[in-house]
Amino acid sequence: MPIDVRKTGLATTVQDLGRPGYYHLGIPMGGAMDRFALRCANLLVGNDEGAACLETVFMGPELTFTEDTLIAVTGAELPPKIDGEIRETWTALAVKAGQTLSFDYLRAGARAYIAFAGGIDTPPMLGSRSTYAIGGLGGIDGRAVQAGDVLPLGTPARPVAEGRTLAERLRRLPGNPAELRVLPGLYWHRITEASGERFFAETWKVALEADRMGYRFQGGTPMEFVDREPPFGAGSDPSNITDACYPYGSIQIPSGTEPIILHRDAVSGGGYFMIGTVISADMDLIGQLQPQTPTRFVKVNMHTALAARRERASQLAAMREALG
Amino acid sequence: MSTCEIRAKIPGVFYRKPAPDQPNYKNPGDPVVEGDVLGLIEVMKSFQEVTCEATGTLGEFQVEDAEAIMAGQVLVVVEG
Repeated sequence: MPIDVRKTGLATTVQDLGRPGYYHLGIPMGGAMDRFALRCANLLVGNDEGAACLETVFMGPELTFTEDTLIAVTGAELPPKIDGEIRETWTALAVKAGQTLSFDYLRAGARAYIAFAGGIDTPPMLGSRSTYAIGGLGGIDGRAVQAGDVLPLGTPARPVAEGRTLAERLRRLPGNPAELRVLPGLYWHRITEASGERFFAETWKVALEADRMGYRFQGGTPMEFVDREPPFGAGSDPSNITDACYPYGSIQIPSGTEPIILHRDAVSGGGYFMIGTVISADMDLIGQLQPQTPTRFVKVNMHTALAARRERASQLAAMREALG
Repeated sequence: MSTCEIRAKIPGVFYRKPAPDQPNYKNPGDPVVEGDVLGLIEVMKSFQEVTCEATGTLGEFQVEDAEAIMAGQVLVVVEG
């Protein structure tokens, strides 16, 4: 039950929940930047929540269907159009053979997830269908979707009715300004106390260079470093460290000017100090930030981070309950 | 007489010319047809063309050259 890709949008990739377990070899887990939205899109169409979907950024693709199926679009408010007619997001929609799915302009958020009943059935690599374009892994030949591609679909796991929808109170998009909670990190001592306070007090803006590997921010005051003798193996720039592992969500600030949050396609290590790490509960929000979005980093401790993780888990449970 | 608002499909930085030393793609008052390129939007290290969705006369631009824009923002109006 294939789908024909007529136009691709800006960067549309096959994603599932990723391939954990190879980061120590330099292969990131990848997968949806907004995992909640991907899980929801799948449940709406009756798939297992980790089935492969399309992740599309800012501008949707144009697809035609060769058989009747059920689809759902979640995440960003990127209204789907079936044969030109605008339809609802976060809702199971029936499409007929021969119909075309396209998208209206983006209203909010940045990344939409398009699930199809049965899931996209490209060959899994290292246990996942997620596209890691930098490493040429997964998806279709390890790259983003192109016009002319044919997406194979699996067999629907269970029949569900069209029109099922996730209530608005259970959906999640960042506010404006966006707030990302951050646990200060191992290299906090590299900047002065005043500089650290300013990092959290100021409002930053998402830069144009914001993708699956990292999200860059601008507009804040450059960091003020504590003087030191560069340790063995570190470069001479005050933001350099002896090479270390980079966690997902870690915030590095090369030369102390523009913070970069590493995301699902993160590089696994390098030589820039990390000021802290975005807590797991807020990782999904990052993928929904458009360039220029004003953003504040909010300092939290481990206790708050773990409480936020539990809260996210209960919101996920509420979503599963609603669509179960 | 009808007007068509040309909106940004993607967020980024809007440019009215193909390169800094080149003339504008189009200017207010120019006749335009569907498919004409009106500008570029830069985002994620790539440039996407903004194309005209109507035929008529180009009105005033609602944003400056090299201005940061959000998706859905009106860039220019075409009078049909």
